[in-house]
Amino acid sequence: MARVQAEYMAMTRRKRMYGGVMLIVFIALMVSGFRVADSRNAGGFWNGIGNIFQFPAEVLREAGEKIANLPGLMWTFLPSLIETVNIAAASTLLGAIMAIILSLLSTRGLAKWPRLVGLFRRVMDILRAFPEIVIALVLIFILGGGPVPAMIAIALHTAGALGKLFSEVNENASLKPVEGLQSVGATWGQQMWLGVMPQVAPNYLSYALLRFEINIRASAILGFVGSGGIGYDLKNAFSWGQGRYDAVAAIFLLLFLTIVFFDQLSGRYRNKLIGGGTA
Amino acid sequence: MSMAETTTGSAFDAIGHIRQKRRFALAVPAVILAYFTYVFFAFDIAGLADRARMDNARILIADSYSYKTHVTRDNRTGGFTVAVEGEAKGTWPAGQGPDWVRFEGEDAVRVALRHGHELVIDGPGLRYDVPGYGLITAEVSRREGVVLDLPTEAVPGWISASDARVDIITEGGRVTITKARIEAMRYQFGWELFWFTLDSPFHGKSFGELVGLALSGDRVVADKSNLAAIVQDVWTNKMWRHGDVLWAIFETILMAFLGTMGAAMVALPLAFAAARNFSPLMVVRGAVRRVFDFLRGVDSLIWTIVLSRAFGPGPMTGALAILITDTGSFGKLFSEALENVDQKQIEGVASTGAKPLQRYRFGVIPQIMPVLLSQVLYYLEANTRSATIIGAITGGGIGLLLTQAIITQKDWEEVSYYILLILIMVMVMDSASGWLRRRLIRSSHGGN
Repeated sequence: MARVQAEYMAMTRRKRMYGGVMLIVFIALMVSGFRVADSRNAGGFWNGIGNIFQFPAEVLREAGEKIANLPGLMWTFLPSLIETVNIAAASTLLGAIMAIILSLLSTRGLAKWPRLVGLFRRVMDILRAFPEIVIALVLIFILGGGPVPAMIAIALHTAGALGKLFSEVNENASLKPVEGLQSVGATWGQQMWLGVMPQVAPNYLSYALLRFEINIRASAILGFVGSGGIGYDLKNAFSWGQGRYDAVAAIFLLLFLTIVFFDQLSGRYRNKLIGGGTA
Repeated sequence: MSMAETTTGSAFDAIGHIRQKRRFALAVPAVILAYFTYVFFAFDIAGLADRARMDNARILIADSYSYKTHVTRDNRTGGFTVAVEGEAKGTWPAGQGPDWVRFEGEDAVRVALRHGHELVIDGPGLRYDVPGYGLITAEVSRREGVVLDLPTEAVPGWISASDARVDIITEGGRVTITKARIEAMRYQFGWELFWFTLDSPFHGKSFGELVGLALSGDRVVADKSNLAAIVQDVWTNKMWRHGDVLWAIFETILMAFLGTMGAAMVALPLAFAAARNFSPLMVVRGAVRRVFDFLRGVDSLIWTIVLSRAFGPGPMTGALAILITDTGSFGKLFSEALENVDQKQIEGVASTGAKPLQRYRFGVIPQIMPVLLSQVLYYLEANTRSATIIGAITGGGIGLLLTQAIITQKDWEEVSYYILLILIMVMVMDSASGWLRRRLIRSSHGGN
């Protein structure tokens, strides 16, 4: 009994020691990382922290002075906002379609060519690894500015990201409907469309909605590096500098409202979809 | 009888049901198609073919796996320079060059291009015998500009000629002639000067020779061991700037790490205030939740812009932008995890007389730790990608180098090098965090 107790205590001590060591390593990493980042930053952290509210205050003050302009400005920027949302929607749709195909081809038991499962998984890994900006910048060089480079860039990343999630959903799908369809001579396309899709559609849709939310943000950011939409307007308004901060405020507000709106919308539908699935 | 009625009844139902489903199954693709048609016109995809610069695409692809060396004669001062990509940092010492450049006398050079093409630049004149076409000669004079003499009457499509400038593009290479200079360019496969630039004593040595040098005691550079000199020359390579590039990759990972971990540390205490079972006051709960929603809703783009005003460009700005956005996301996730904890364990700890802080430490944290850590790792993974993008906006890390290289519109081999490094970085971070998450899940199962 005493031996067991002593061993237990020793184990706890050891565990605690590991925990402590991990904690110290972690703190050391954080502190040294902070100092390195601070030293390589143009303005230091401690200088900047005092100014953090300076810019928002300037923007707010100017927006406050010209509050009558805001609705008009928001109306002018509405077309670019619609373009940003369209980029997100089109790329989510395109990406989701690619993801469905890729995920079906890379799920064991469903794949059309079982030998190529590994290949399609690697394809998804690579698509997922590309940050959107890389593809977007290269495509801007070839296709010129505008919404298309952003759409393609986001769609490719989406195909990889959703493909992985979709193939996890596929793995839980029952194979019985597929076997039934197979026994009556259905083609692979029919098996997937009629046998698998009805099972996985709610989960697919839920993931796709979440992705749409993420893609709206991504499409705004890509606009900032030169690919159309509200991000591009933000960059312009920003470079006009003081005196035009009412435009900056209008865009901030539009972007904020859009993101919150689609967040809420997709949140509600996702709850419904997944709730309906389990009920 | 009644049995038969119910079956026919349900059969009708079933047919109606299937019809409805079928209609739905047709409507969804139709709506998607309609939307794509709208997008096709809204994004002017038909006009894309005109705007697309396929010549840019060709340059991009050719540049990313090959390079060109310029042999240039300065017509004002005379004399030749041989330079990789025509850049000062890739210039050969005077009178030297790769083996396909042969200096002949004071002011003449014989250049062997690809596919057996050969040309001679002799003073201000050029002789280029193009196989299957004939001898092209050109003479530059101060008064008349470029005088071109072709074997055929008509000027072929691969030559563009005026008094001021002549361009000749063949499968062997490229020649441009202006009043100021005569320039012959030869394309070669690979990434030039990737390890050593021309001014390094190690340039042109094979891998075996380098290993031999590293092991030998005879010093190539007087005050350094050979290995140190080799590493030094690669690290400070002026063409590829390996040192700066690796620093940039490190900065990007640092941004993601500091941002994610910082966000987790800020969000955890706040999440207690936002969880129903730990925060009895509705007002506090609602307020903290609104803060989370606000932080997430403002989006990292806006945070990045606001913060870069206060902190200037650099990795700290990027890290803080990630930190602020993800505090919102983590706060929401953590408070949801906290609302799902098992009260019994907390009561058990409390029954031993534990104080509130100890109750959290031993009753709550062990329950949520695996969920929490796996979420944090998942975000760390995603943030490595975000940090690349944020770096492009704030000016830090590999994102900055990438945008700079793309803006010059000629260093495509560097662009493809950075893209390759970014992919490797993301994949390494992905697999590292995946490995850690699997270990965490296994150990938490083992612990139970």
